[in-house]
Amino acid sequence: MTTVADRLQAGPQAFVAQPGSLDIAAIRAEFPILSREVNGRRLVYLDNAATSQKPRAVIRAITRYYEQENANIHRGVHLLSVEATEAHDAARRTVQRFVNASRDSEIIFVRGATEAINLVAQTYGRANVGEGDEVLITALEHHSNIVPWQMLCEEKHAHLRVAPIDDRGELILEAFEKLIGSRTRMIAVAHVSNALGTVNPIKEIVVMAHRRGVPVLVDGAQAAPHIAVDVQDLDCDFYAFSGHKVYGPTGIGVLYGKYKLLDAMPPYQGGGDMISSVTFAKTTYKKPPSKFEAGTPDIAGAIGLGVALDYLTGLGISRVAAHEQDLLDYATEKIGSISGVRLIGTAAHRTGVLSFIHEDVHPHDLGTILDGEGIAVRAGHHCAQPVMERFCIPATTRASFAVYNTREEIDLLAEGIKKAQKVFGR
Amino acid sequence: MSELQELYQEIILEHSKAPRNYRRPAGTNRTAEGFNPLCGDHFTVFLDMDGDKIREVGFQGSGCAISKASASMMTQSLKGKTKAEAERIFQQFHGLVTGENGAAANGADLGKLAVFSGVSKYPARVKCATLAWHTLQSALEGEQKPVSTEEE
Repeated sequence: MTTVADRLQAGPQAFVAQPGSLDIAAIRAEFPILSREVNGRRLVYLDNAATSQKPRAVIRAITRYYEQENANIHRGVHLLSVEATEAHDAARRTVQRFVNASRDSEIIFVRGATEAINLVAQTYGRANVGEGDEVLITALEHHSNIVPWQMLCEEKHAHLRVAPIDDRGELILEAFEKLIGSRTRMIAVAHVSNALGTVNPIKEIVVMAHRRGVPVLVDGAQAAPHIAVDVQDLDCDFYAFSGHKVYGPTGIGVLYGKYKLLDAMPPYQGGGDMISSVTFAKTTYKKPPSKFEAGTPDIAGAIGLGVALDYLTGLGISRVAAHEQDLLDYATEKIGSISGVRLIGTAAHRTGVLSFIHEDVHPHDLGTILDGEGIAVRAGHHCAQPVMERFCIPATTRASFAVYNTREEIDLLAEGIKKAQKVFGR
Repeated sequence: MSELQELYQEIILEHSKAPRNYRRPAGTNRTAEGFNPLCGDHFTVFLDMDGDKIREVGFQGSGCAISKASASMMTQSLKGKTKAEAERIFQQFHGLVTGENGAAANGADLGKLAVFSGVSKYPARVKCATLAWHTLQSALEGEQKPVSTEEE
């Protein structure tokens, strides 16, 4: 069997998806951390919505970069700088293919989805949102798609409008559409809710928004690992995601933007690499994406992200999605049928996330007891306090899935929950 | 005893299910709110102060078993204590749950509160055990602003 590392040596064409179903055991073998023990048990990692683990191919690519290629990009005439620049450019083209952008200059490297959203709020937002204008978000958003817009609205004396969700955790589209008004200048919406797993109907949202001439930013942090992203098909104006949730390293993320918008936007941060010429009287800026990438970027991170996306594409995103959907369906049935458990977020279309509460065991206590079993879950408000408020709960326990998870791990989760029930006297 | 059993001792589980002094005392003259923004735990501590002395103390709110039991047992340990005595107990308790300052020796002075020694093996849970105490401190100081575990 060829390993991912072998295929990496052979170049990106070796990552073309093979037909048939995924060999999960072989996939697990590619993730070194999965063989680690936690509290004397084999690690069961179900906190993938917080960050995913990294395949050996990504870890090796980063090591190789620092051992063989490290140099600054766009600067030297020497061989190492040329190689580093080529590898960085290639990573950008990989991202372009991954989201199906029409050109690679629409891909801006940032630190993560959070920085991508802040970039748009601070550039497009500050240039286009004025006093009395409105920014529309939804009640499903992560704090990273709330606070940057709040800060913008505060500065500009604009208003933040919030579209409601129903008891299943689905966006109420009719209410959403009514909130798009003559003063709406920007719409920012999650592709997938990090707290509930709800998949939003982005295409319909974009059509509604564009009918009124309003651009749409999509926070894709929780979508990119689980569903195929095609920015041209979605027709969204901006799309943000983080590398570390799609099997890539931390510290790197992506902002996609339509070129026309990017070209018209003011720059984000000032510095080297983003200028055409500098005098003390006037500086002229480069074209996108360089205009938004001041300073030496996270070169190793971009290369690692490129390999991670090639890895995911190689597995076949539709096969990954099918496997994860099976896990979610299985977990919904298995965990949902434990007495005392209530699932939070029961939208018809969900991915990646099972959020729940237990009537006798607080999420924090459950998290600690599961950790004792080697099971990593998230307990808390998941940086989505308004979502928790909507369901009148302070916190949930969240199990979130990746391609390397198995039904057996969900069985272990169910046993762990039952053990917690015993500790708390049921 | 396993680390988990040490953390969730019977007395802690019992207090979390049936917290003592879970009320606002009639003579309350000091109140403070405390939040843990990382997990959404939220408590209000009520004090009926007679000069420098705690005449009555109660609490309300929601949180995990550790935070609730800690709040409950805190109220039991403080009745009749002066402000300075309460602060000294908190210092010892803090040392106990963080495993600093010779926790074992301190535990002896803390009476029943010594059951929280298991928390020191779970650094992520120290904030749960101390939330009510930070809130108490804020009430004793008569501060108006809610305390948060993230502003220490």
